[in-house]
Amino acid sequence: MALILLGLFVFSGCDHEPSAKQGRVVIKYWEKWTGFESDAMQAVVDDFNASQDKIWVDYSTVSQIDRRLMLATAGGVPPDVAGVWGNTVPVYAENNALTPLDKLAAAASVRRENYIPAIWEICSYRDHLWALPSTPASNALIWNKKLFREAGLDPERPPQNIAELEQANEKLTKRAPNGRLLSIGHLPEEPGWWNAMWGTWFGGRLWDGQGKITANSQENIAAYQWVESYPKRFGADNLLAFRDGFGNFASPQNAFFTGRVAMVLQGVWIYNFIHNYAPKDFEWGVAPFPASDPVTGKVTAIVESDVLVIPAGAKHVKEAFAFLSYVNSPKPMEKLNLGQRKFSPLAECSEEFFRAHPNPYIRDFVAYAKSPNAAYNPRLTTWSEYNNDMKNAVGRIWSGKATAIDALNDVQRRQQKVYDQRLARWNRLAPELTKKWNEP
Amino acid sequence: MTRQDKHQLKVGLAFISPWIVGFLALCVYPLLSSAWYSLCDYSVLSPAVFVGAQNYRDILSDEVFWKALSNTIFFAAFAIPLGLFVSLSLAILLNFDLPGKGVFRTIFFLPSLVPMVSLAVLWQWMLNGELGLVNNLLNPILHALNHLLGTQWSAPNWLQDARYAKWGIIFTGIWGVGNAVVIYLAGLQDVPRHLYESAEIDGANFFQKTLHITVPVISPVIYFNTIMGLIGSFQVFAVPYVMTSGGDGPERSLLFIATYLYQNAFDYWNMGYACAIGMILFVIILTLTYVSTKLSEKHVYYAGK
Repeated sequence: MALILLGLFVFSGCDHEPSAKQGRVVIKYWEKWTGFESDAMQAVVDDFNASQDKIWVDYSTVSQIDRRLMLATAGGVPPDVAGVWGNTVPVYAENNALTPLDKLAAAASVRRENYIPAIWEICSYRDHLWALPSTPASNALIWNKKLFREAGLDPERPPQNIAELEQANEKLTKRAPNGRLLSIGHLPEEPGWWNAMWGTWFGGRLWDGQGKITANSQENIAAYQWVESYPKRFGADNLLAFRDGFGNFASPQNAFFTGRVAMVLQGVWIYNFIHNYAPKDFEWGVAPFPASDPVTGKVTAIVESDVLVIPAGAKHVKEAFAFLSYVNSPKPMEKLNLGQRKFSPLAECSEEFFRAHPNPYIRDFVAYAKSPNAAYNPRLTTWSEYNNDMKNAVGRIWSGKATAIDALNDVQRRQQKVYDQRLARWNRLAPELTKKWNEP
Repeated sequence: MTRQDKHQLKVGLAFISPWIVGFLALCVYPLLSSAWYSLCDYSVLSPAVFVGAQNYRDILSDEVFWKALSNTIFFAAFAIPLGLFVSLSLAILLNFDLPGKGVFRTIFFLPSLVPMVSLAVLWQWMLNGELGLVNNLLNPILHALNHLLGTQWSAPNWLQDARYAKWGIIFTGIWGVGNAVVIYLAGLQDVPRHLYESAEIDGANFFQKTLHITVPVISPVIYFNTIMGLIGSFQVFAVPYVMTSGGDGPERSLLFIATYLYQNAFDYWNMGYACAIGMILFVIILTLTYVSTKLSEKHVYYAGK
């Protein structure tokens, strides 16, 4: 008995801040980050908990957050706040999984003009605000200056358009006597994280914003014919063998860090990986990824953002929003993004932030995100399927099984059907949902 | 029914009740509800709406479903016989009365203890085209053959090449034969010695004994392992899912029915459609099990009958 009592005593002692929680509204916050990214948010949560005595945020990292959030919301036990990927906002919103934030935001003076425009769009869907951003990112061309110098290229002058990219590519590519690739200037498949979005740099879009999927538009066809030119020029099997020798992305064997690929399309986070895995003398530069000629003159980049949402059925909506708007105030936002080595989604950012930021190119990434030509994933509830189909199309193009035109036509046919079905679902649910979302 | 019978029935039911409750709640209810949802447009969070056979009609015209089904059938068609052959051969070899057979049995069983996810990650590297162990073994052999025959063979990029990816998964599956080997070993202990002895007197060699005595006597065990293999093959999920990081593999060559079901349910918010795929998978497995039971009726020998 004494042992049991002792055990209870010891275990109750494990809850390290019981007194601080007492008398407060406790809100549950699920996040997907681990490691230093999680620590950065933990610091902001700690600040919030210390800044007032009404609300306590219980922060925890959850694996497979999108699926778990779906099931928890369906089961009626969602967390009060969840950190998800911005491109899932449409599907969550349309499936009645989120609390609309319009009125709460208006009351707290959280406004569109305070944010980088593309990031605000990522938080919105069907004329409602569903999320507030946490950590955004933009992507760019990252190039290896040393390899440029060795190939007789100006290491300070990145390619300005696709034609120049390919000229540099020719100079940077090295082959063994038997034709095997030793290194290459650029490879759309490395790492291939935006394989669905190559049309962006050719002026193409994947959706017309209304009811039509535009996978096989002229611009997209041009983009994927450019992708198709790689297996045609280098040989599909040769490229396959070359890529199979690449190490893990998050390792010193990363193809970019080992100099096997000289130029990559990468996000703002590349700084962390270079810092952790690249050789100490690794010289890199950042520039807008070159567009094809029709859109020259404007910076084209893809913007993404992690966002904070309040699931439908959350117990403490007001308190949850108080936390969201705290995170979205300048100081905590800069602290969070400095910790994660990203940038603030807010339109204004302090000079100290840039001075303290270890990424020497952080201002460039912010500028790309602010470009009027900044693109983001199409705000489609079918994006997950669409993205998968596009990846598969690129795979077929890459292996020479299909031409760019055929592969895109297949995606077009399939995805238009999928989207039509989803629109039918929406039309059925819309009257009830819009009424609910507009409730005072 | 006497009072005693009634009492015994009650006691019996009481003892079996945990199973009955579990079976009803965890098997029958999900089965019935997924049958119902397969007839609905259902996204988990919005109320299900009855749409009749729409999901089934869509599946029939869904090329990705057919691709997944053909991948699954291909996998099963090769993985089941290969697994059967390898595990039975291993069991027969491990059944020889040799010193240290316990050690060998343990060694061959060990890989079955490796969790699926670790197995997948491990084999991802074993099958790597440039750096993998498998190709490091294959390359010298192919070089020698090329030298001799003047051919141009090279080892494949297993998981990156649509032509070989499924073979990669099939070979990976062989690592998990340990369980089947143990079951076969148990079966082999039951083969009466006197049958071998009389066959030996008639001058039968090892292969004749295996084919005419061992295999017929352990046929119920073979049957059991085949059915288990059938079910397992049609539900293959974890290894390809991990190896492709949740994707479809090159040109969808590693998209199996269970993966496609999972994608529809949890990535695409099409729970109704996923349930319909599940029902189709259920019917396929049920039919194949029934057919193999019928086909094997004459060939499976039960000593107790």
